[in-house]
Amino acid sequence: MELLAAYPILAAMLALGVLGGLFGLMLGFAAIRFHVESDPVVDQIDAILPQTQCGQCGFPGCRPYAEAIAAGTAEINQCPPGGEAGIRALADLLGRDFVPLNEEHGEHKGKRVAIIDEKVCIGCTLCIQACPVDAILGAAKQMHTVIESECTGCELCVAPCPVDCIHMVPVETDVESWKWPSPDDQASDMNLRELIQAAKV
Amino acid sequence: MSYDFSHLHRFPGGLRLASHKDLSTTRPIAHLPLPRRLTLPLSQHIGLPAVPLVEAGERVYKGQMIAAAEGYISAPVHASSSGTVVAIAELPIPHPSGLSAPCIVIDTDGKDEWLPTLAGVDDVLQRDPAELRNLIRNAGIVGLGGAGFPASVKLNTGLERRIDLLVLNGAECEPYISCDDLLMRERAADIIAGLRILRHVLNAAQCVIGVEDNKPEAMEALRAALAQGPDEGIQVVAVPTRYPAGGEKQLIQVLTGLEVPSQGLPADLGILCHNVGTAAAVYQALTRGHPLVSRIVTVSGDGVTEPCNVEVPIGTPIAELIAFCGGYTRDVRRLLMGGPMMGIALPSDQLPVIKTCNCILAATDATLAPTKPQLPCIRCSECAVACPANLLPQQLYWHAHARDLDAVQEYDLFDCIECGCCAQVCPSHIPLVQYFRYAKTEIWDQEREREKADLARLRHEFRLERLEREKREKAERHKQKRKALDTPAGDDDPRKAAIAAALERVKARKSVADEVPRNTDNLTPEQQRQIEEANRRRAAARSHKADTDNGAQD
Repeated sequence: MELLAAYPILAAMLALGVLGGLFGLMLGFAAIRFHVESDPVVDQIDAILPQTQCGQCGFPGCRPYAEAIAAGTAEINQCPPGGEAGIRALADLLGRDFVPLNEEHGEHKGKRVAIIDEKVCIGCTLCIQACPVDAILGAAKQMHTVIESECTGCELCVAPCPVDCIHMVPVETDVESWKWPSPDDQASDMNLRELIQAAKV
Repeated sequence: MSYDFSHLHRFPGGLRLASHKDLSTTRPIAHLPLPRRLTLPLSQHIGLPAVPLVEAGERVYKGQMIAAAEGYISAPVHASSSGTVVAIAELPIPHPSGLSAPCIVIDTDGKDEWLPTLAGVDDVLQRDPAELRNLIRNAGIVGLGGAGFPASVKLNTGLERRIDLLVLNGAECEPYISCDDLLMRERAADIIAGLRILRHVLNAAQCVIGVEDNKPEAMEALRAALAQGPDEGIQVVAVPTRYPAGGEKQLIQVLTGLEVPSQGLPADLGILCHNVGTAAAVYQALTRGHPLVSRIVTVSGDGVTEPCNVEVPIGTPIAELIAFCGGYTRDVRRLLMGGPMMGIALPSDQLPVIKTCNCILAATDATLAPTKPQLPCIRCSECAVACPANLLPQQLYWHAHARDLDAVQEYDLFDCIECGCCAQVCPSHIPLVQYFRYAKTEIWDQEREREKADLARLRHEFRLERLEREKREKAERHKQKRKALDTPAGDDDPRKAAIAAALERVKARKSVADEVPRNTDNLTPEQQRQIEEANRRRAAARSHKADTDNGAQD
């Protein structure tokens, strides 16, 4: 005690040192105890992608594409089903500029589902093997059918069909899925309609 | 907790609007002659559409359930008169989209015959609340104030929530609409009886009927009906006339001074609110057994010759209703379902009246000023002053305009009740409510898309896992087989054993095929005859096949 009283500078250094050590321990403990698994950027990108698993981006599914974007080996404008809204969301997330959809990968179409013409189907199972989300039901030499609510409209089943019995049909808006138009769109719609009318006349 | 209504409160904002109710209140409730054809949409409520129980060609009675509720939040649909089901088809319904939805079409037979088995419940007030809720659900009763939320779902507040106060909403604040006013004047006893039932179901200590003070006759009638019964804790309270005092949250705020929490329900405060029409329908359903097959509709506006209130079978074409009220005037311009503030524009009058249709407004340019061109927002903040939900409509507008769906939610878009006060006061004629409706439906759509994407991701990941597993299993099988092949052949050769087992299985199957079916004891002569006939056919087929085979060989 006397020693400390005699050397006030030493006392101050000691006190600060002890306090520093204590706080360090507390922070270290807090870092482990309250550790939050940060959302890796791949997951965040994957959450934005539409999960059609269509492969139009050039990767075998949405997750590989998300990984490629995160790694910087793919552009953010390669996903036609995601459309402009998807590219905007990706640009927002990654802090990049918006770029229009790369047309090499296809064009943005409305929501569609595959329908199997059951009269023509020969039960070859090729489409079942092609479906990335197991949305086609059937067995060898049995009629196949698409579970519409689970179809992502990826079109991967269309090409393998040997009898061309799979058709992509647009999903019709019903009362449940109908959306109020924005008044901004309505104004332009009306102009468009007027233009069409004028053209007809 | 007990409430005292001697001192009332007020909600923020709101407007004083010209009521125009006297247009339709001078005549008593009229009854529409039975229409020839009724079109009953399967979705007239909030929740999943009902599922049809009948087929085209079937004869139905009035009050017969023709479509059942699907899932918890749903309501059944009943035939509103007797007749024949002629079709179940997609037909236009009164909906802002103007789209078609599945409907059951009935051609009435003019007899208007009730289903004979319909009967009320005796001693309603002694029954178990759960049983009564079920009866209310089966009667297809939905909130008749305009939203159409299934009444039985609203009544099921759960065990942990206690309801202290039941509010019956007779405010009817929107201009032109007077169906609740007339109902209260003419059928006050039904409403009070329904209120007693609702109170029993909820075990609510206190009840209050809130009526705007511009309806003195209605209040008089309710008080007279109350005086006849031994009711304690039921009060009729006049609330100041101010739009939208008839909004559930606003009425509760006026009566109790309590604000329903953001994105919460009145039940969070121990309060429940039902429309007076719903109470009357509950009474009809439980004491007479009559499900919801008709409602009172106000036909009003300067565009119709004789505005009045009419009791209409659900499913009646609006055109017939208008014709009953003397037809259109010459300068009619627009047709609305609902009032001028919250109603939706109808593209045609060939649409049916549905459960939530409280008013048909035939508007002239005098009733409803034509939409003026939209001007830029000048940030005057009149809308924020008028908003009864304490929101900032201009901020919501800017973000909805910019399609920033996260920002609109930060500004509590989902607390907007779409009353239209903001759009009414906007000096720039900005259709604010339309922007909010757009943003709401867009957000719901995104949520649906997100759910679908999540499902697709899950299924894709599962598939990848499955393919991987199959590959592993195949490799494992090959390894096993390889090992079996490598073992020296002998008496215990696994291959021989496998072949023997397969032969055994085939033999077993053959012996079963030759066996006589086992369930041939105690046959009726009719069954015996059928079996013999089948055997004969089989033998004939066999000999025919043998013949053709021989023929082919020849």
